[in-house]
Amino acid sequence: MQTVTKPKKKNELLFFALRNTKLRIGLAIILFFVVLAIVGPHLAKYKPNEFAGAQNHPPSAEYWFGTTSFGDDVFSQFASGLGAAFEVGLLGGGIGTLIGLLVGFVAGYRGGLIDEFLNMLTNIVLVIPALMVLLIIAVYLKARGVFIESIFIGCFAWPWTARAVRAQTFSLRTRDFVDMARISAMRPLKIIATEIAPNMMSYLLLVFILQFGGAILTAATLDFIGLGPTNVISLGLMMNNAVIYGALILGVWWWFVPPGIAITAIVGALYVTNVGLDEAFNPKLREM
Amino acid sequence: MRQYFGRKLLIYFITFFLAVSIDWLIPRFMPGNPVQGMIARANLSAESAKMIYSYYMQAFGLNIPIWQQYLNFWIAIFHGDFGTSIWLFPEPVIKIIKDAVPYDILLLLPAILVSWFAGNHFGAFAARSKWLDNTILPIGYILTATPYMWLGILLAWALGIVVHIFPFSGAYAYSMMPSFTWGFIWSLAVHWVLPFLSLFLVMFGGWAIGMRNLIIYELESDYSHYLLALGTPRKLVRKYAFNNAVLPQVTGLALQLGVIVAGALVTEIVFSYPGIGYLILQAIQNEDYFLLQGCFLFIIIGVLLANFAIDVVYVLVDPRTRIGMQGEG
Repeated sequence: MQTVTKPKKKNELLFFALRNTKLRIGLAIILFFVVLAIVGPHLAKYKPNEFAGAQNHPPSAEYWFGTTSFGDDVFSQFASGLGAAFEVGLLGGGIGTLIGLLVGFVAGYRGGLIDEFLNMLTNIVLVIPALMVLLIIAVYLKARGVFIESIFIGCFAWPWTARAVRAQTFSLRTRDFVDMARISAMRPLKIIATEIAPNMMSYLLLVFILQFGGAILTAATLDFIGLGPTNVISLGLMMNNAVIYGALILGVWWWFVPPGIAITAIVGALYVTNVGLDEAFNPKLREM
Repeated sequence: MRQYFGRKLLIYFITFFLAVSIDWLIPRFMPGNPVQGMIARANLSAESAKMIYSYYMQAFGLNIPIWQQYLNFWIAIFHGDFGTSIWLFPEPVIKIIKDAVPYDILLLLPAILVSWFAGNHFGAFAARSKWLDNTILPIGYILTATPYMWLGILLAWALGIVVHIFPFSGAYAYSMMPSFTWGFIWSLAVHWVLPFLSLFLVMFGGWAIGMRNLIIYELESDYSHYLLALGTPRKLVRKYAFNNAVLPQVTGLALQLGVIVAGALVTEIVFSYPGIGYLILQAIQNEDYFLLQGCFLFIIIGVLLANFAIDVVYVLVDPRTRIGMQGEG
């Protein structure tokens, strides 16, 4: 039955996905910012840290988003910051998801002592506030890039994913079709990859979306404290500079409003997409 | 039940042990020697630099074997000795942190509790009501996606600078000294509003949305349909749904603690609120590694205590843990 209805089922899923307003709105916002991150740096008239002229200039035709107290073009910083944010989301979120999957699958499938150990590890990393560890590491790293930052963020973001994947694997591994695979001497890794993982695909997509948004927020927090990448401008760093150099008191709102809007819009859109996808995948949640 | 708490406590002890080890390990094995950096910045002649270097190595106990340094670190911690701050020089780190902790409690405890209760009740109320779902829910998504510091910056700018309603810097007026007078308490309260509000709003959005989604799951489950089919009033069904949906939210609070701590940290930085977050910023800017280590340990201890408190609450609100633990082991 599965094989016969498969193509039709896919269409049905696509139908519900495209009909879902939340999903459409979320995807549209994300797409908009992705395009802006790609095209923006080419449209910008100045380099992010180039002296553009007037200082504290409000938004105008020449300076789209105005200029900072140093005379830097805000739009140019904004556009390159967007790119950095997506990079962190993709890499940090990806690594977080990957580690979480690995730990969750192995713990849930193998059970016993390995599960006991991995579960304990998960609980420990879960309790330690990730940002504090990231902060301590970053303080001692004098030169930091987006790549390193993303890796560290991913390394401390996986525990809740591992927990959720473990629970799901636990319930799947006792199903008949998994037993069948085991009886036919399939290797454990192959069982996980071909029997268990496909049944969780929709769930894994949701997990990745949440990890993506989480990584962006963590990076913004870290950058705001002044411990972000030292070689590129990021959205968190823009806010940090704005606060340090008195944009609030000077009333230079165009300096700190755009980066915040971008982060909020991207992460919010990711959450909304997540719920939309959940509704598309889960018939119980569809609103008729 | 004893086994349940025993397990939890074991994990917390291991976590504490690991956290202290990380705290000790990272400064020692990261590239760059802080003592060397300090001397390089002082611009001394080669001769005196050498002398001062050996003095500092001895003062910080960096010239003895590694395992002994590690042991000394633990002994010092149990004596409440976190070293001496460089930022506020002869002050011991422990005293600086002790002075900051009350502000953290003042800010965080109400923000967490009020947002949790308000968010859960509001989320439950909004679920499956078309009008609220479509108007207020999007706001919830926006709030929960907002970076804490950005909301703080916006509030400080809008309510502190554009419209002069609330002060936006410090925990009380800079002209005042802490005392038990009405004037001081009023100043404390007024300065507390904006940081509290920015923490509260972001968390509120998260709890409201979480609750709304959980309630919908519960209302679609078999027991709800069955109750409705029996003719149970909708209000009662929703109450049962709420009781079941609130349990994951209690666990969620434990899971969120790390994010909340991070949020409080940057909020304090935005408002120059003299809690631990503000100390951490000063420690970073003044390269005060002892203060940074001390703050890290204090936050870990705080988070562990909060986790334990949540575990106790969970046992109290979920009768299944009390019964289930005996059978399950």
